[in-house]
Amino acid sequence: MKKYDNLVKNAVGRLVPTVINGEQHFPYKGVGMHRPTGKKHSPSISTCIDYPDDGNKTVASLKEALIKSGLKDGMTISTHHHFRNGDLISNQIFDIAHELGIKNLRWFPSASFPCQERMIKYMEDGTINRIEGSMNGPLGKFVSEGKMSGIGVLRSHGGRYQAIQDGEVKIDIAVIAAPTADAFGNANGVNGQAACGLLGFALGDSQYAEKVIVVTDNIVPFPCVPWQIQGNYVDFVVKVDQVGLPEKIVSGTTMITKSPDRLLIAEITAQFCEAAGLIYDGFSYQAGAGGTALSIGNYFGEILRKNNWKASFIRAGSNKYAVEMLEEGLVGYILDGQTFDLDGVRSMRENANHVATSPFTSYNFHGKGNFASMLDVVILGATEVDLNYNANVVTHSDGYLLHGIGGWQNTLFAKTTILPIPLFRDRIPVIRDEVTTICAPGEMIDVIVTERGIAINPLRQDLIDKVKNSGLPIKTIEQLKAEAEAICGVPEKLVLGDEIVAVIKWVDGTIIDAVRRVIA
Amino acid sequence: MNNYSFAGNNSPDTKSDCFVAFELRKSGGNVIDIKSKVMALYGKSIHALAEDMLNFFEIEHGHLIIEDTGALDFVLAARIEAAIKLQISSNKDYLLEGSAENKKPTQKEQFRFSRLYLPGNTPKLMISAGIHHPNGLILDLEDAVAPSKKYEATFLVRNALRNLNFYGAERMVRINQIPKGLDDLKIVVPQYPNLILVPKCEHPDDLIRVNQAIEEIKSQHQMGDFPIWLMPIIESAKGVLNAYSIATAAMNVAALAIGLEDYTADMGTRRTTAGTESFFARSMVVNACRAAGIQPIDSVFSDVSDMNALAENVKTSKGLGFDGMGCIHPRQIAVIHENFAPEAIEIDKAKKIVLAFKEAEENGLGVVSLGTKMIDAPVVKRAQRTILLAIKTGKLEPNWEDLT
Repeated sequence: MKKYDNLVKNAVGRLVPTVINGEQHFPYKGVGMHRPTGKKHSPSISTCIDYPDDGNKTVASLKEALIKSGLKDGMTISTHHHFRNGDLISNQIFDIAHELGIKNLRWFPSASFPCQERMIKYMEDGTINRIEGSMNGPLGKFVSEGKMSGIGVLRSHGGRYQAIQDGEVKIDIAVIAAPTADAFGNANGVNGQAACGLLGFALGDSQYAEKVIVVTDNIVPFPCVPWQIQGNYVDFVVKVDQVGLPEKIVSGTTMITKSPDRLLIAEITAQFCEAAGLIYDGFSYQAGAGGTALSIGNYFGEILRKNNWKASFIRAGSNKYAVEMLEEGLVGYILDGQTFDLDGVRSMRENANHVATSPFTSYNFHGKGNFASMLDVVILGATEVDLNYNANVVTHSDGYLLHGIGGWQNTLFAKTTILPIPLFRDRIPVIRDEVTTICAPGEMIDVIVTERGIAINPLRQDLIDKVKNSGLPIKTIEQLKAEAEAICGVPEKLVLGDEIVAVIKWVDGTIIDAVRRVIA
Repeated sequence: MNNYSFAGNNSPDTKSDCFVAFELRKSGGNVIDIKSKVMALYGKSIHALAEDMLNFFEIEHGHLIIEDTGALDFVLAARIEAAIKLQISSNKDYLLEGSAENKKPTQKEQFRFSRLYLPGNTPKLMISAGIHHPNGLILDLEDAVAPSKKYEATFLVRNALRNLNFYGAERMVRINQIPKGLDDLKIVVPQYPNLILVPKCEHPDDLIRVNQAIEEIKSQHQMGDFPIWLMPIIESAKGVLNAYSIATAAMNVAALAIGLEDYTADMGTRRTTAGTESFFARSMVVNACRAAGIQPIDSVFSDVSDMNALAENVKTSKGLGFDGMGCIHPRQIAVIHENFAPEAIEIDKAKKIVLAFKEAEENGLGVVSLGTKMIDAPVVKRAQRTILLAIKTGKLEPNWEDLT
């Protein structure tokens, strides 16, 4: 079997394979151009005959649960990343698979982290064929250098749900690490030593996987409430000594950036939003948990306070700052996808207006709408943007795959997408003739805010008109590029290998770009 | 690595800098080894620069090692030159094409609310400093540079004066204390700095020596009448007592600054928030400057996390009569500008005086009066300056007269 085949030029002009790991895929056709057909995926029908009447589904070990789930060669194993770099379970799954001599597994995490570096060993010895999910740090390096057997597939959080729902990825065994669960399999992320707030990334896995294993270090008597994961989907429950490392799951404090340049970017971003009339009584926004994004949230808070306005909701990644705004009454609701610090976890536990969401509610493009498109403003990062406003979030300018897509592509559907980014990072200009990898078509990016000026996509004449007399440093994207190159020098053209090592999916499951091997 | 010379930084948190090692050899030709974070995009250009520099310094056999964390060309060049010159003696300077913007003169009386100190051997902090729009950027060769790094820092500061974008800020250098500072001038002055800060100045003779050196270098480099202003820093009891003679030592003394850390140490006391221990010194400096017709500039405020305390400090400083203040973090700039800027009530009064003056002029009247009050010429001058300040700090529209 060829790793990939049938290359075609897609709607953003990139040559992408349509057969990947032996499976058929669609090339990207343009925003809103791909219409899915058929029925959603359905796992086999279960029956209560097979489950204990007393609801006790506990088994002695993860190994036993995996064996009872029928673990065998070629299966797809899914995990979630709510424990971030404090995950202790994913590695154990593949330790067991390795011990049992199982080969050729597809690991389907909602994101990978440096703590899972051990998977490199299992990719080398054939236990794992490929990762389909974000690839960060050492895993990204391994894949970029063409060392993985299969082709990596990177999806957004919404795209992952879509792929599960549409049957594009059939999960054989979902392993859901949970901070708290009961013996029936009801589970949540708000209680327990490994509290991470919520378990939304595992929702699709629980609904559509053939077998579901909940692993926890905190078994509580039935009923475990809230049941963010419903036990009715769960086959086995495993009690372990420790499910995750709390200090690496949530940080004690999330910090606003101290970098003067980034603070300046945040300040200009907020000034832009104010001048463009994007902030009003009842507006909504989403900003990440990076230092710059946190600082922008703070400035938004000041603007709301000054005008005696209230935001209707924040979509988050929640943290201390969002929680303070909720508690001060500056926002009505936090619709939370993942919780970044202990204040976020506490708030989610105690405040009815701090609501757990999932990629299904927030991001799934093959649903009857989602929350992301209702947002007024989304603040996102990027590694590169080109002169057509196409943006990259997964590879660096040297071609290495170092970030996941996360909710990035999904939130592009907000009314206004703003990328506050430094004009260059350690000499590497952010604005390029062509991005290394296209993760977003230019029409989805509205504004670039740098410390040296703001560029507005010509498609947003409305915004251009609104800030015309604001005194803000509005420039063209070409001017910004020239300014960076005057400082850094004109970058040489990146030379990559021909071989494809991974593909990037668009929110509708089509292939928007391919990642080529780095010549190390 | 016994025979190697070194320049630059390679500690784990280094960014936008490089570390260079160089060995002069007897045979084997030139070998260049580059390890760079930006290899994929700038590897060839770094190599070309290194090769060009070895040729420029007529090195035929040498080993040059560059560990780069994203240094700009002027940083790479400074490091390579420093490493090479530690092994050969050369009176040649390797200079990249400079920016015309960086030869612009400034005025003796221009606003100097804020001047941001930049450690002279830390390129990362230099690159974007100008975008925070301080009135002046100081490339510091004195206290912010470790003694072992002083040599290489002079090349970096020299190159920064030519190639860094200052975004309109006045280009200042703090040299080392005289007499060591006189050597710094040889490297710095040919690059058209606008202003030289002379630290720990205690006597007008220091400035006479500085000026002699500057004039010599200027004529050697055919710099014509390009003005180089001096800002002596008063940092000792003796300096305070000599403030007026220092302020009047030469026509190009544009301002006196006070440095309170060293001053309080000299006085055997400690710097407090209230600042009573330095009240006399600060007042002396303000008095000396006003008497000499130059700008009094206050010391830096060192708690970079407390913007409210900084704002209070600026208000006190303005109240004592200072025209500006040093800063050590870009976030202090806006607070300093905001609080040195004239207040609404001052602006209103100034507007009335300026308008009355204009009217008197138009009517050919020799005397300006506002209501029943006569207005003296110095009052008019101060009002005009307040208006200019208000416009400069965004407190007043430039076309305010049309709007009244």
